[in-house]
Amino acid sequence: MNYLSNKLNEEKTKFLIPLLLLPVWLILYLNLENLTNFLIYEIVNLSKGAHLTDAVWFFVFEVPKVLLLLTLIVFGVGIIRSYFSPERTRKMLGGKKLFAGNVSASLLGIVTPFCSCSAIPLFLGFVESGVPLGVTFSFLIAAPMINEVALVLLFGLFGWKTALLYMTTGLLIAMISGYIIGRLKLERYVEPWVYEVKAGHLEMEEEQISFSERITAGIDAVKEIVSKVWIYIVIGIAVGAGIHGYVPENFMASLMGKSAWWSVPIAVMLGVPMYSNAAGIIPIVQALLEKGASLGTVLAFMMSVIGLSFPEAIILKKVLKLQLIFVFVGVVAVGIIVVGYVFNLIY
Amino acid sequence: MLNIKVLGPGCTNCVTLEKLCNEAVAENGLEAEIEKVTDYKDIMSYGIMSTPGLVINGKVVLSGKLPTKSTLSHWLMNALATQ
Repeated sequence: MNYLSNKLNEEKTKFLIPLLLLPVWLILYLNLENLTNFLIYEIVNLSKGAHLTDAVWFFVFEVPKVLLLLTLIVFGVGIIRSYFSPERTRKMLGGKKLFAGNVSASLLGIVTPFCSCSAIPLFLGFVESGVPLGVTFSFLIAAPMINEVALVLLFGLFGWKTALLYMTTGLLIAMISGYIIGRLKLERYVEPWVYEVKAGHLEMEEEQISFSERITAGIDAVKEIVSKVWIYIVIGIAVGAGIHGYVPENFMASLMGKSAWWSVPIAVMLGVPMYSNAAGIIPIVQALLEKGASLGTVLAFMMSVIGLSFPEAIILKKVLKLQLIFVFVGVVAVGIIVVGYVFNLIY
Repeated sequence: MLNIKVLGPGCTNCVTLEKLCNEAVAENGLEAEIEKVTDYKDIMSYGIMSTPGLVINGKVVLSGKLPTKSTLSHWLMNALATQ
């Protein structure tokens, strides 16, 4: 009884917290530029126009801006994700054929809670319940590559167009790569024991989640993700602010600029074995873009680091034969290279 | 005597969940046997698709996230009451 009444009280406060914080967030966000100006020019009294002042201004303005955006988006995504679960996603993908299945799997990859440590149970669960291999791959490609942290950072630092382009092209890569893998009929390269797995019937009752519990899910997501990535954001912006004006503007242009046609494949080849989460890669992305590397090359690098990785391949080795892992990495890498070139052409 | 199974291949959250279970059992003075299930085939036999999973007396109560300790204790007490 005590437990229940405690729960009820908790619920009331749960609603209040975000409701009260939202206006605070808005006021802060809208006045951030004025606040920064006030702090830099009035209180600390730095002289306008100096290199150092610019760098400090950039840092003081960008760090809270990106953190504010991140908090809001992660909270929202946390609530959206509480409507999806891998189990429900599997049900939705059940009868889907290729292509339509690839499209839905890629989209569901964005909203379904996913952690790379769950990749194997997820793979087993999908395959066992008859989701086609290619459709399963669309999901496994989209889920890590397109995530809210990457999108917020791209949006906050490089604008909404970049974020949208990243999301659309990431989706396209997931859809098309999954479709190709499906068409190649590579089922024989899945470890045989996978098909022997008999998944039990899950008896956990589809719990009715109240809206306040969804808010809790949002708050938990903020706690978990922001506490993990804030340090990378601070470092990334510090790098951006630090090299601004101190390293020659076109330092990277000859190596990773548009005119260097080889830069895209090389960026992808470097990126594939590397692994980092979306936040960890941002400092590098910042630095490269700032110094004249072209957007397509940098995004291709970022996608290959986040979306493909050596540790992930090792995890997948438990369920896939080497040939299929090579096809998977190869198809996705080619997709990323194409995207890199397209971006370089457009911009 | 409660039977608790922590399902997971050994990721961070799985280790944390096991620790949480130990704590909850100790704090409530319960008698329980805590098992770790790490084999994927066995994990799948419970029908979950994200780890960690938690099974109390043969019933899956959670998958894919960590419970708070109070929720966990609540489940344990419930399982004990319906035993």
